[in-house]
Amino acid sequence: MPSGTETITGTRTKRAEIKEQYKKFIGRKILFILFSLLLIFIIAGIAATLGSYPITVTEVYSIIWHGLFQNPETTKEIVVWNLRLPRILMGILAGIGLAIAGTMMQGILRNPMASPFTLGISAGAGFGAALAIILSAGFVAGEYLIIGNAFIFALIPTFVILGLARYRRATPETMILAGIALLYIFHASTTLLMYFSEPEAVKEAYFWMVGSLGKASWDNLLPASIVLVVCFIPLLWKSWDVNVMGAGDEIAKSLGVNVERTRIFIMVIASLLTAGIICFTGTIGFIGLVAPHMCRMVIGGDNRFLIPASGLFGAALLLGADTVARTIIAPVILPVGILTAFMGGPLFLYLIMRRRREYW
Amino acid sequence: MVKLKIKDVGFSYASVPVLNGICIELTASEMLGIVGPNGAGKSTLIRCIDRILKPQRGSILLDGQDIKEMHLMELARKIGYIPQSTSQIFPATVFDTVLMGRRPHLGWRSSEKDTEMVLEMLQMLNIEEFAMRDINELSGGQQQKVFIARALTQEPAVLLLDEPTSNLDIRHQLEVMDIIKNIVREKGIAAIMAIHDLNLASRYADRIVMMNGGEIFDAGDAASVLTPENIKHVYDVEVEVPNHGGRPYIVPIRPVR
Repeated sequence: MPSGTETITGTRTKRAEIKEQYKKFIGRKILFILFSLLLIFIIAGIAATLGSYPITVTEVYSIIWHGLFQNPETTKEIVVWNLRLPRILMGILAGIGLAIAGTMMQGILRNPMASPFTLGISAGAGFGAALAIILSAGFVAGEYLIIGNAFIFALIPTFVILGLARYRRATPETMILAGIALLYIFHASTTLLMYFSEPEAVKEAYFWMVGSLGKASWDNLLPASIVLVVCFIPLLWKSWDVNVMGAGDEIAKSLGVNVERTRIFIMVIASLLTAGIICFTGTIGFIGLVAPHMCRMVIGGDNRFLIPASGLFGAALLLGADTVARTIIAPVILPVGILTAFMGGPLFLYLIMRRRREYW
Repeated sequence: MVKLKIKDVGFSYASVPVLNGICIELTASEMLGIVGPNGAGKSTLIRCIDRILKPQRGSILLDGQDIKEMHLMELARKIGYIPQSTSQIFPATVFDTVLMGRRPHLGWRSSEKDTEMVLEMLQMLNIEEFAMRDINELSGGQQQKVFIARALTQEPAVLLLDEPTSNLDIRHQLEVMDIIKNIVREKGIAAIMAIHDLNLASRYADRIVMMNGGEIFDAGDAASVLTPENIKHVYDVEVEVPNHGGRPYIVPIRPVR
């Protein structure tokens, strides 16, 4: 039998030990976030040097630095500031947005397969864009026709699901099934539209749907970044509730979370975020699905850390994919959407294979 | 003093009545066992008390206040719920799972006090060594202890348990029930547990409510409720009930044809 004081000291050291482990655990998460940030800077630096006009890494950084204070004048400066930088920044924004939207959708639906695709958001955007390209019909006139249409149609599935939730409880199953139904409806409508239109228009609509960063410009970056910031804050604020919902609806309710309302709120924000990105890029797949899974494997499921981590890691992934897409068969530039799908598919299979656990 | 008062509560799924005219009163430091066959409405009643389900009729008063009038977070600071099993799909460590119990009390950041509280609960339930393990990697008994720890970090006045021993081996059954019993005594918590095992109910509950077909069939202390007549009527099972250490001990003989 240990004496009383020994037991107390034993308890103290044990507690201190757990506390130390917990701090290390959190430290690891922060380290991963910083690592992802560094990765973005490195890939961005490399991406800015690649292309038909040769520029070195140091030149790129000095051009970016100088460009902050004066307008670009030389060819090099114009290439970096007007062509490469917007593309890189759009890649980062899109990566962050899609990965965060995917993380949150997986969280609220408690489903590892959830992503902006699952709820019909991408299919809706695709149909909206096709409508604008093929029939020149849509909600917004002029040069923003395609973007506006894609944005609005991307939100339609969410509103339909919201409507359904008035009659049926907003359970993950209802929402996923409704999303898949909408996905089919939009796909069929798009196919019908394409079937009866001119080859040129079909090609353009199809290119839009593949998704690329080629349309990125300084004009697009501002609204996309506003949407990202506006959506990021409430999602991060709700991260505790999503953590709690991970333990099941009943537990979440017993811990004071209004489960159905939170689920709908987050779905609306995540759809808005997705719509705000893909209306400028077209539908880029797999980032929203793969980035959250890869991050969960490294840092665990706490959404307070997972949201920033998967956002930054998703940005690095997308930027890396785009860099490869631009150079792999240069001078032909592949749309990044093709590459993410090519990369994402096998990567996802690999993740499934090496998974040792029965849960996600 | 009456902590929890359930007045004439009725609940239906769609149009199928599940609970009818349930009246129960519970004081602090009291442990109430709800027994009854499958489908008697035990779990439904537990869920109604925690407002996971909303009863269509009657009222539930906590310290004299109707829980319908209370904010969800306010209710979560007063009532803790311990489920049968987990359905965690994404990874979560034991520490973070227990920390979730602080959700009703905290804002976005967790403080040093919350951390200390989690550590205290882990120690009390003797699951410190699993602190950094993933909840899905633990056995049923260990998980049950984690859920108890989570519910206790809520600092609840009322504790609801839905079949706390259903997945446990005999040693874990006793361990878990002893822990709950001690906590109920020490912290002056009022506890309600739905439980299948009549002998565990007899051994640990201060009072027993026997339900059948959504209604209360009998209520009182173990000796007066767990009689061969009652059990035969409610479960259609013939039993012998010898006295063991001052409490009824149920020995099943055969189902009644």
